[in-house]
Amino acid sequence: MTAYTINRRLWSTGRYLALSLYVLFALFPLFWLFRVSISPTKLLYTEGTSLWPSMVTIENYLIVLQDTSFPTYFLNSVTVSLGTALCTTLIASAAGYAFSRFKFKGKAIIAFLLLLTQMFPLVMVIAPIYRLMQPLGLTDSLTGLIVVYTAFNTPFATFLMQSFFDAVPKDLEDAAMIDGCTRFQALIRIVLPLTLPGMMATLGFIFTAAWSELLFALMLINSESQVTFPVGLLNFISKFSVDWGQMMAAGFLALIPACIFFALIQKYLVTGMTAGAVKG
Amino acid sequence: MSSSASTSGPVISSGLTPPPTTHRKRSFKRLAEPYFYLSPALMLLALVMILPLVVGLSYAYQNIELLNPFDRGWVGFKHFIALESDRVFWLALKNTFVWTFGSLGLQFIFGLGLALLLNQAFYGRKLIQALVLLPWAVPTFLSGLNWAWLFNPVISPIPHWLAALGILNEPYNILADPELAIIGPIVANVWFGIPFFAITLMAGLQSIPKDLYEAAVIDGATLWQQFTRITLPLLAPIIAITLLLRTVWIANFADLIVVMTNGGPANSSQTIASYIFSTAYKKLDFGYASAVATVLLLLLIIYAALLFGMRKKLLENSGN
Repeated sequence: MTAYTINRRLWSTGRYLALSLYVLFALFPLFWLFRVSISPTKLLYTEGTSLWPSMVTIENYLIVLQDTSFPTYFLNSVTVSLGTALCTTLIASAAGYAFSRFKFKGKAIIAFLLLLTQMFPLVMVIAPIYRLMQPLGLTDSLTGLIVVYTAFNTPFATFLMQSFFDAVPKDLEDAAMIDGCTRFQALIRIVLPLTLPGMMATLGFIFTAAWSELLFALMLINSESQVTFPVGLLNFISKFSVDWGQMMAAGFLALIPACIFFALIQKYLVTGMTAGAVKG
Repeated sequence: MSSSASTSGPVISSGLTPPPTTHRKRSFKRLAEPYFYLSPALMLLALVMILPLVVGLSYAYQNIELLNPFDRGWVGFKHFIALESDRVFWLALKNTFVWTFGSLGLQFIFGLGLALLLNQAFYGRKLIQALVLLPWAVPTFLSGLNWAWLFNPVISPIPHWLAALGILNEPYNILADPELAIIGPIVANVWFGIPFFAITLMAGLQSIPKDLYEAAVIDGATLWQQFTRITLPLLAPIIAITLLLRTVWIANFADLIVVMTNGGPANSSQTIASYIFSTAYKKLDFGYASAVATVLLLLLIIYAALLFGMRKKLLENSGN
């Protein structure tokens, strides 16, 4: 009995120790981002290695919010990322469901083609995509970005959703279909609620992937009013002599929408929704 | 009945004998149903990905140098022949293996560990979970800049800590050291990628019925046995697919290297992906870049085929 208690204590201490080490590793770079963003420019190099600067300023944040177009960039990025996340998750859930539940002609070939699109560097498809989108009026528009991002993220999201559907026992929907549900009803009422954690995870991945995409945003967008956040950050480097403090301030602000988004989907990620759904 | 629902199809249809017309209608519906779910994805991909991909691949057999616009046209396998004597290409190929499997292995091991630690209830779990997932939310380009900053001894304490721990002889910038430069982007990539595996595997762990563990505890299984006999086999499909997808993704992922070292010093941290980027956008030689990309594509196809072959063998060996 006592050996058991000691064992449990050890496990629990070990867990907290491992977790704190990882939290330190995960957060220190973010802390440093924040620390640079609140340091006055003149102290940036003289106090470069001290953990906290002797003077703190919010000037960088004020400049970013008032004197630059970053608020617009943020809004553009939120629009593009949300649009991409929703479209991709919807399209990929349908495709993932087909892969998980049906045997059909050409399944292997389609899976191979999906995988193939992920194997070729995007740098090489930008020029052809540009030529394709231009006559459709989709260059220099946020809609165009959503279309391209959705297309690029769909294969990955499809495979991810397939593996989440695979984890849901087929007996559940078979039972529902014997009871008179159509397959579509069984999908909506029984399978989807069980794959909700997986869908939310997918939504989160695609949101952040779109949130940080730089290359297409750089190549397809020309007008200032359509610029997304990563391109805006890049402008800090190329347009002026790099203002690190302002750039890090903008970068730190960029974490906020992504954090809110993750906070919203978090509760779906943790609840063990399928626990006990299938007995025997 | 290869077109019926993949499992238990016969169970559904066995009790029913519908009239012939309805039957034909039903079987057509059955045949068409998977394509109905697939069609939005297929149409979008054919137009926006596959078509541009074919065009992009065809560049490999052409001269397309933006700095040399008059020397255009088909050149056959010229670029591929040039690859053989390209020293940077072979170096980049070697680095791609180190970069891909180094990053992937560490991301996966730490991600799995994190998922297992977070999968049990404990005090402060929600907060810690939110905190450890944060690196994933940072745009890759920004994390590259931030990590480049962190490795610089003038503006970050990390090199000084590493020196104090005896890992470095003196606090210097490893990104400027040809021997160690590639470690910088790998660390940044591991930092950025752990949350992906943690979230995916956690979502997978959530779907394992808890009764299985209860039954195993009653039968006297140790934690290790529970892990190897229940957790790993049930997570295997998700592990296999995420590993494959991430390998492909990381092999093609140039952002961190371009931002942090730009492939340097002296190409020591150049990977195929960053080499393609600099060939296409700095030398503006799209033909040669596409040839390099074709090689990467072939290697990844071989890798995927090997992985699928292994999976098939494993399934056969497990006696199903």
